[in-house]
Amino acid sequence: MSPAPAIPPLEEGRAAGPLLEVRAVAKRFDAHEVLKRISINVAAGEFITLLGESGSGKTTMLRLIAGFEQPSSGEIWMNGERLDTLPPYKRRVNTVFQQYALFPHLNVRDNVAYGLRVTNAPSNEIDTRVADALRMVKMDSFASARPVTLSGGQQQRVALARALVNRPLLLLLDEPLSALDANLRKEMQSELKSLQREVGITFLFVTHDQDEAMALSDRIALLRNGALEQIASPREIYSRPATAYTAQFIGQTNLLRAEIRSGIATCGALRWPTSAPDGMAFFSLRPEAIRLADAVVNSAANFAANSPAKEARFTAIVKQQLYGGASELLEVDCGGQTLRVKIPARGPLSGNQDFSFSAQDAVRVAE
Amino acid sequence: MSATSTPTVIRSIAPATRRAPLLAAYAWLVFAFIYLPIIVLIVYSFNRDGVGGFPPRHLTLNWYRQLFGDGAIWTSVLNSLIVATCSVALSLTLGLLAALALDRASFPGKSLFRRLVLLPLILPGIITGLSLLMFAVYAGAHLSLLTVFLGHGTALISVATTELFAGLQKMDRAQEEASLDLGATPLQTFWRVTLPSLKLSLIAAGLLIFTLSMDEIAVTFFLIGRDNTLPLEIWGRLRRGITPEINAISTLIFAASVILIVIWFQLRTRAQRRTF
Amino acid sequence: MYSRAYKSIISLPPLLWVGLFLLLPYALMLAHSFWVVRDGFIVHQWNLQNYRTLATNPVYAEVLLRSMRIAASVTLCSLLLGYPLAYYLSFHAGARREILYQLVIVPLWVSYLVRGYAWKTILGSDGVLNGFLQYLHLTNAPVGFLLYSPFAVILMLTHIYTPFVFLPIYAALEHIPRPVVEASQDLGASPLKTFLRVILPLSLPGLLAGATFAFVLSLGDFLAPLLVGGASGTMIANIVQSLFGAAYDWPLGAAISVCILLITVTLLFLTERFEKRWSFR
Repeated sequence: MSPAPAIPPLEEGRAAGPLLEVRAVAKRFDAHEVLKRISINVAAGEFITLLGESGSGKTTMLRLIAGFEQPSSGEIWMNGERLDTLPPYKRRVNTVFQQYALFPHLNVRDNVAYGLRVTNAPSNEIDTRVADALRMVKMDSFASARPVTLSGGQQQRVALARALVNRPLLLLLDEPLSALDANLRKEMQSELKSLQREVGITFLFVTHDQDEAMALSDRIALLRNGALEQIASPREIYSRPATAYTAQFIGQTNLLRAEIRSGIATCGALRWPTSAPDGMAFFSLRPEAIRLADAVVNSAANFAANSPAKEARFTAIVKQQLYGGASELLEVDCGGQTLRVKIPARGPLSGNQDFSFSAQDAVRVAE
Repeated sequence: MSATSTPTVIRSIAPATRRAPLLAAYAWLVFAFIYLPIIVLIVYSFNRDGVGGFPPRHLTLNWYRQLFGDGAIWTSVLNSLIVATCSVALSLTLGLLAALALDRASFPGKSLFRRLVLLPLILPGIITGLSLLMFAVYAGAHLSLLTVFLGHGTALISVATTELFAGLQKMDRAQEEASLDLGATPLQTFWRVTLPSLKLSLIAAGLLIFTLSMDEIAVTFFLIGRDNTLPLEIWGRLRRGITPEINAISTLIFAASVILIVIWFQLRTRAQRRTF
Repeated sequence: MYSRAYKSIISLPPLLWVGLFLLLPYALMLAHSFWVVRDGFIVHQWNLQNYRTLATNPVYAEVLLRSMRIAASVTLCSLLLGYPLAYYLSFHAGARREILYQLVIVPLWVSYLVRGYAWKTILGSDGVLNGFLQYLHLTNAPVGFLLYSPFAVILMLTHIYTPFVFLPIYAALEHIPRPVVEASQDLGASPLKTFLRVILPLSLPGLLAGATFAFVLSLGDFLAPLLVGGASGTMIANIVQSLFGAAYDWPLGAAISVCILLITVTLLFLTERFEKRWSFR
């Protein structure tokens, strides 16, 4: 059990309302519009991730909040005060940079103490706070080392301590784990999560890795080409994606283009009941939602309005089977349409197989 | 990106160049300081009434006409060209070998050798010039263009070595290994792989050595015989009195230098782009 | 990967040449500093008389000190001009950086003599500057002190060495990763504090390299004094020059040269040590 956190959790009784408000912020670089009127509210104490591909504008958003860029239009507010008009050194926001950006001419201790020294914190306080911060990231034995002698993971911890020791209201993390190898990454993810819980500081995390975003965040804001695609908790964004892009970006899915008539959606050989209105629509069906069908069930009973299961069934030919230890990933052909199916491991399959899925797992998505 | 790579030159995604009007004004003042004398020089090369006074009136090409008829100047230009060309050959050859030696061989006294090779770059020219003069006298040599050539060639090895060493460091060593692996001898590898990859460095170094040799005064001062190089010829004229003819030749030298440096810079940036 | 034959072939020629044409001449210079001139001939008798002369005779001390003062002034002025210029190019010039860089480099390639001559014509009593001042009726008579003075030497050498000083400083500034500068501001340091605490320290090796270069080369310059220095602007290298010329005292001249050499080597050694301690790449 860790001792009392080195950085005390934020006080109770602060102003209600979001910590950070991004109000219709747009950013243009020459003719290129990188951010298109985005509005996001960040609650105090939450771990929120900006997720997106490169070029989605997530890093630009982070730099706007940090103060290294100015919005072309829109405003940013923090705790009821205007933020975007302040220079970076006056904002109570700190950043953990992608390449860590440690000061090469200072040792670890001086790096961490930097923010406290330039803001003239009382000197007796500086030493204790720095020591506590280093202990918290487990780099206390490296206090006299120079950054050039440290590994990537070690530098990252120092960068983290350097930012947190100042007790910012908001911590920005710019893809801090992207330069680490896979095992170290997993380890650091878990440490970051527990660290954030411990100190209670609001984390705004930027990444292109959706697994990382899902594992760490309280909420995910998915950005696409400078616009906000969806903002929701990981569970919600996974099980109820708003758009086809979201469904495909996060996790794997089968994107079905269906024709709806009188409450039945038809896509090739697939039919399932839906409450969507008549017309054309897209549906997202996750591979793990598709199961191998059990013994023959009366198909007519399936479509009865009161049927509790509301199962849809189809037959398909197994084209490819990828064994994954605990599961199998199948590629099946259903009347010319290729679907991906994920089932628990059960040995090789071939030929025609019967599959089924719950109608409610076919989620209607926009676009 | 490896986990432990040290950052090289990193710029942010979109570097915000902030306004700094005072600094900009100061910077432009410094630029003016650097260029004003040269501009004055060029303008007055067209001035009928000589080198002083203000403002320049009666612009004329007389001085250039006089310059073109001046035999002694052109003889000295020819001398300078000969010396410069030979110096380029000598410095590049020895500089290439020295760069290779510093890059690949280890031998006792290597760091002394490295410092010695680079010394003429930082040491005031008078010291190198006088040392070589003493050496020439003791060796019983007569001062002539030959001694000037030897002086330039020796002093400018440092320039060649620096430039070629940098080029060697940027070179992909695996290419030489591949060549040997495919059956080429070390000599063939050197000729077919190493040298071509140093082509841009060689040309850039050659241009620089050529320019420095054409302009060299300090070392030349003490090694010159009867035949003058261009700088020494101008120097002699200056002792006798100033005429705008000197402005004219200076303007021509300036124009030639600008052309050379543009070429040099194009080569440099091409060399850098190729390796990244 | 490289055979002994290969390594010998590439090492021996430059080694031999440098040994013969650099090491030997410098050694010869050193040896001469320990010899004397008697009755118009150089006597190869080893003693310290030259150095004693230098240490005791006030004339030499005075000129050497004046030369060091001039060299220090040139270095300081070049830094005051070159550093802000490099800083502006690196941090504020944006896309125009490359062209401006080329513009700074161009004068380096223009003949030293050409530039010195330019100043001579500008600063003279009949020169351009005086003509300009009289044209504007700011003065009635030519201003005398401009030419043939230490001031003129400092002015000319500053003009020559400002681009030299600019180069290593600019290179050092360009090597500072921009995220490090942003990190400093992110942590609460204003632009001024960022400069003093981060940018300046990280550019120090380049600054010292440029300063050493300017100082040493100014110290040993003999052409500028001859062009624009006059009697009051004579420097130590002029004395050496005359000792090897009309005054015919090679050993004494060699001794002074050795002193200059020692100052150079010491400065180089100190900056190298500093760079090693300061190296964090």
